[in-house]
Amino acid sequence: MNINATLLGQTIMFVVFVWFCMRVVWPPIMQILTARRQSIADGLAAGERGKHELELASKRGAERLHEAKEKASDIIAQAEKRAAQIVEEAKGNAKVEGDRLLAGAKAEIEQEVHRAKEGLRQQVADLAVAGAEKILRREIDAKAHAELLASIKQEL
Amino acid sequence: MSGETLTSSEYIKHHLQNLTYGHLPDGSWGFAHSAEQAKEMGFWAINVDTLAISFVLGALFLIIFGRTAKKASAGAPSGLQNFVEWIVEFVDTSVRGSFTARNDMVAPLALTIFAWVLLMNLMDLLPIDYLPFVAHAVGVPFLKVVPTTDPNATFGMSIGVFVLVVYYSIKMKGVGGFVGELTLQPFGKFGLPANLFLEGVNLIAKPISLALRLFGNMYAGEMIFILIALMGASWVSATFGSSLLFGSQIVLSLGWAIFHILIVTLQAFIFMTLTIVYLDMAHQEHH
Repeated sequence: MNINATLLGQTIMFVVFVWFCMRVVWPPIMQILTARRQSIADGLAAGERGKHELELASKRGAERLHEAKEKASDIIAQAEKRAAQIVEEAKGNAKVEGDRLLAGAKAEIEQEVHRAKEGLRQQVADLAVAGAEKILRREIDAKAHAELLASIKQEL
Repeated sequence: MSGETLTSSEYIKHHLQNLTYGHLPDGSWGFAHSAEQAKEMGFWAINVDTLAISFVLGALFLIIFGRTAKKASAGAPSGLQNFVEWIVEFVDTSVRGSFTARNDMVAPLALTIFAWVLLMNLMDLLPIDYLPFVAHAVGVPFLKVVPTTDPNATFGMSIGVFVLVVYYSIKMKGVGGFVGELTLQPFGKFGLPANLFLEGVNLIAKPISLALRLFGNMYAGEMIFILIALMGASWVSATFGSSLLFGSQIVLSLGWAIFHILIVTLQAFIFMTLTIVYLDMAHQEHH
């Protein structure tokens, strides 16, 4: 319990410890603490930014979706319109085609009728000639009257 | 206990005696074998136990903190790094709270004081006879385990702090400013002797109170541990009363040790905080 030279030793030791602490221990620890504080602040800021971006992205996504829906309904409407148009067109075409076929058939029928008339005319003429031949066989030479018959045939 | 024939007062004296190395009365150098011998050695003697234990503890602090600081990274800290950073941040917060000027030395100084004093005080919690017993077994006659119960250790630190206070007072205010502070207030220049007396006492009281507060607290705490330990000394006789005493020794020293954890930490904290405050005052123009 006496004050003695230990005092000096303790003071020197104290000074050396403080000096060592100041040079070796304190600065790196403080540096690390500052760096960590900075990195945590950065991390928090990044998180905040990410959250914000997510919000924006989801907003944009919703917008896109809405746009797409609108476009799709547009397309559907257009397609429906087009389909109706096509149906109309087809109807028109079919009508025209039908008319054409009808006209063709009519012409053919007429032709057929004409042909039949021609045949009938020939047969009537032949029949008349045959009748007349039978009547005239007795009186008139067929050859002599052939010219006359031909002209009659022409007139028919 | 160190011997079979010790009386209570011898036991106490033995525990309060430093291992002092110095000039023996017969002219040779060696360890003092009694308190009287240690006293006769005068100033030029050293308390080997105080120096050695405080050096080991200070080195322990610096090695642990230094190694951690070297290996530390700014990423997720490991357990030890976490602990070290916790202490450092605690000290840093205290310094920022009490110290208004800018000085890069104050925070490391505060950390060193806090950690070193805390470690030295914590030696008090070791069972009181263990280390002296071991020391006795290897032939060391005395061993005072708690360096802060040696006024040399506490005054050693407080004188260091005092020198810094004076140094920064002069550095910040100039010699004139410092002398003026000592002589021209609180009564103005006509009250110069009274001013010098008051301010001189004020200045000198700082290191003395710093050292004596720590020393007194730790010395008293150690004393109580010694007294509690004495209760069980009669255990050898193995009567009912003595075994009761032994039991109460265990309970009491446990209780006192738990309470002492508070004192140990508080004294380290007070020493650190007062150092910061004194240095802050040294940096201020007026107080």
